[in-house]
Amino acid sequence: MTTIRSPHTFRGGIHPAYNKDLAAGAAIRELPTPARLTVPMSQHLGAPAKPVVKAGDMIKAGQLIGEQNGFISAAVHAPAGGKVAAIDSAVTASGRACAAVVIETDGSAERQAMPALTEWRGVDRKELSARVGEAGVVGMGGAGFPTRVKLSPPSDKPIDTVILNGAECEPYLTSDHRMMVERAREIRDGAEIIRHILGAKCLRVAIEDNKPDAIAAIEQAFADMDGDVAVAVLKTSYPQGSEKQQIYSVTGREVPRGGLPMDVGCVVENVSTAFAVWDAVVNGEPLTRRVISVTGDAVAGPSNLLAPCGTLYADLVAACGGIKGKAAKIISGGPMMGFAVGSLDVPTGKTASGLLLLSAGKVTCFTSQACISCGRCVDACPMRLAPAELSQFIEADDIGGAEGIALMDCIECGSCAFVCPARRPLVQHMRRGKAAVMARRAAAKRG
Amino acid sequence: MDPIITSTLCVGGIGLASAAALAVAEKYLSVKEDPRIAKVAEMLPGANCGGCGYAGCADYARKIVNDNVDLTLCAPGGPECANTIAAFLGRAAGAVEKRVAIVLCCGDDTAAARRAAYNGITDCAAAQATAGGDKACAYGCLGYGSCARVCPVNAIAIVNGIAKVDKALCIACGKCVDVCPRKLIKLVPAAADIHVLCSSKDKGPVVKKVCGTGCIGCRICTKFADEGSIVMDGFLAVADYTKRLTNEEVVAKCPSHCIRKDGAGNAETAAAS
Repeated sequence: MTTIRSPHTFRGGIHPAYNKDLAAGAAIRELPTPARLTVPMSQHLGAPAKPVVKAGDMIKAGQLIGEQNGFISAAVHAPAGGKVAAIDSAVTASGRACAAVVIETDGSAERQAMPALTEWRGVDRKELSARVGEAGVVGMGGAGFPTRVKLSPPSDKPIDTVILNGAECEPYLTSDHRMMVERAREIRDGAEIIRHILGAKCLRVAIEDNKPDAIAAIEQAFADMDGDVAVAVLKTSYPQGSEKQQIYSVTGREVPRGGLPMDVGCVVENVSTAFAVWDAVVNGEPLTRRVISVTGDAVAGPSNLLAPCGTLYADLVAACGGIKGKAAKIISGGPMMGFAVGSLDVPTGKTASGLLLLSAGKVTCFTSQACISCGRCVDACPMRLAPAELSQFIEADDIGGAEGIALMDCIECGSCAFVCPARRPLVQHMRRGKAAVMARRAAAKRG
Repeated sequence: MDPIITSTLCVGGIGLASAAALAVAEKYLSVKEDPRIAKVAEMLPGANCGGCGYAGCADYARKIVNDNVDLTLCAPGGPECANTIAAFLGRAAGAVEKRVAIVLCCGDDTAAARRAAYNGITDCAAAQATAGGDKACAYGCLGYGSCARVCPVNAIAIVNGIAKVDKALCIACGKCVDVCPRKLIKLVPAAADIHVLCSSKDKGPVVKKVCGTGCIGCRICTKFADEGSIVMDGFLAVADYTKRLTNEEVVAKCPSHCIRKDGAGNAETAAAS
């Protein structure tokens, strides 16, 4: 176990005001189970889960309520016991509606879980990753890619390095930070399980250098781990937590265009995902709750709450002392990549790492102006794209032109929009363009 | 030899040789196209709107002559155009009904609430992708004018925050129907002049909370409307355009004023109540 200062860092990126001190000191607090949970069936990337309960059913905590529906999909379990009030439709933070199981919780302590498995070292790798899939574990950094799929790479793509992502480069958010400080031991065990499943020899924990207490906690917890294990201390820079940028920062390897981390022998897992893997494999517990940072200058008491998935944002805010003054903007996730939401009647999910309430003083209302060709977005783009040119193609509805200059490689990190002096909503243009490309590809597939 | 004469002879020679080659090609390689295709293409309005489903008027003309495709697909041309082509080709035209696009929402900014301030690009799909749109009603017109921008004849205007189609200008090409992210625009017979201008499938109390002029599913209109011309789809009254709706009483009876007659604006309906 060593600590290395990473010699590389990705090109571009920005340095926004991090504002992490609002909640970084707040220890993880468990939220009492709310009386009503709205558990969305789409808390992951891919096909939404298929509800397997019906209105009126009595269910136990941990019971399967939505089954995995396809290869890229994940199971959903009940965070608490009670009665299924309805199978309703809910608008999730991304603005899309999906089916949701509404549970009237009864406060019973009875739980249903897979049998515990402490001696996982002797167990077949396939069985372990199946267990992770059965527990509905997905990437908890934000994208929600099913972990089961990441843990079963094809045999022609050997994995030699597992990177635990503890960069948490999004401003304001502190949930992964607190997890590393308070749950380092469990994260260590989860990391060991992931390394075992993938047969990787090398393990790196990537943490930005603005979190010295997390680095110290991880160093201490991982000290007794054998093999090639190191904490990779990264330069604080946004988007250091983005998969491809982080792989470069930690290993110096570049993921080829259109490729996946496994093409360069890497798998990146969020630190909270490692915790969930440990909980699933060792305790048999499905992923039904997570730590979410409720922060921002319009929250009375910024906190890191351990909340069941399906808790409404309104309940989270109430548990943090309510809104201070007037909230002008509510963002699910961080300010760079999060989704602005229109109300607090939105349920949390497995990928919700933060809820941000900002006062009017922190929110800019802008008018998009013409590009002044200053090139700052080109300097900032960590994917080496030309956002100015892309946005102009998209504005002119020349989607093919934008696709030709690598629109689909955009990771929507928001660095370009952050630096744009003409206040152009570049990421929104990219999202619109990408949606149009996807629609065109789907139409071409249908014929 | 004088270089001027050389070059003249060279270029002239190349010209003559090419002309001969083209003459031979014309004789042996020319593609024989049915001369009727060009005639039919001339009879079509030439708007190239694509509303028929083919790539422009020439393509549609080719399909009419070669593949016996239905003559009545051209919305801008209407019945006259279909009849002219039918007479020319000696085929039966069939009945053409002139259709127009209509936006099935009347919840403009004076009636429907917006739940958040949207500050982004002026495009309905982009607004819809941002937290499901800023309109409090999940079904209503967002009013960012994506339909107006695709309209080839400028028949759509944004009035008080919602899209309105000018019936006189609309050529029913259907581009707006495809682009609307909320699927609010329908092509309906131009003769129909009474419409249910709401698309909210929510229950009455939910609708009332977000819009002053949304359908609350009270079913009163179904009692006054001509038999079957307004049907209920859950909590929403829907006009069935295959049947004629002539009884204007429904306009006055609708308690939320979402059933309106063409030409009657919001203010007039409110005054009539």
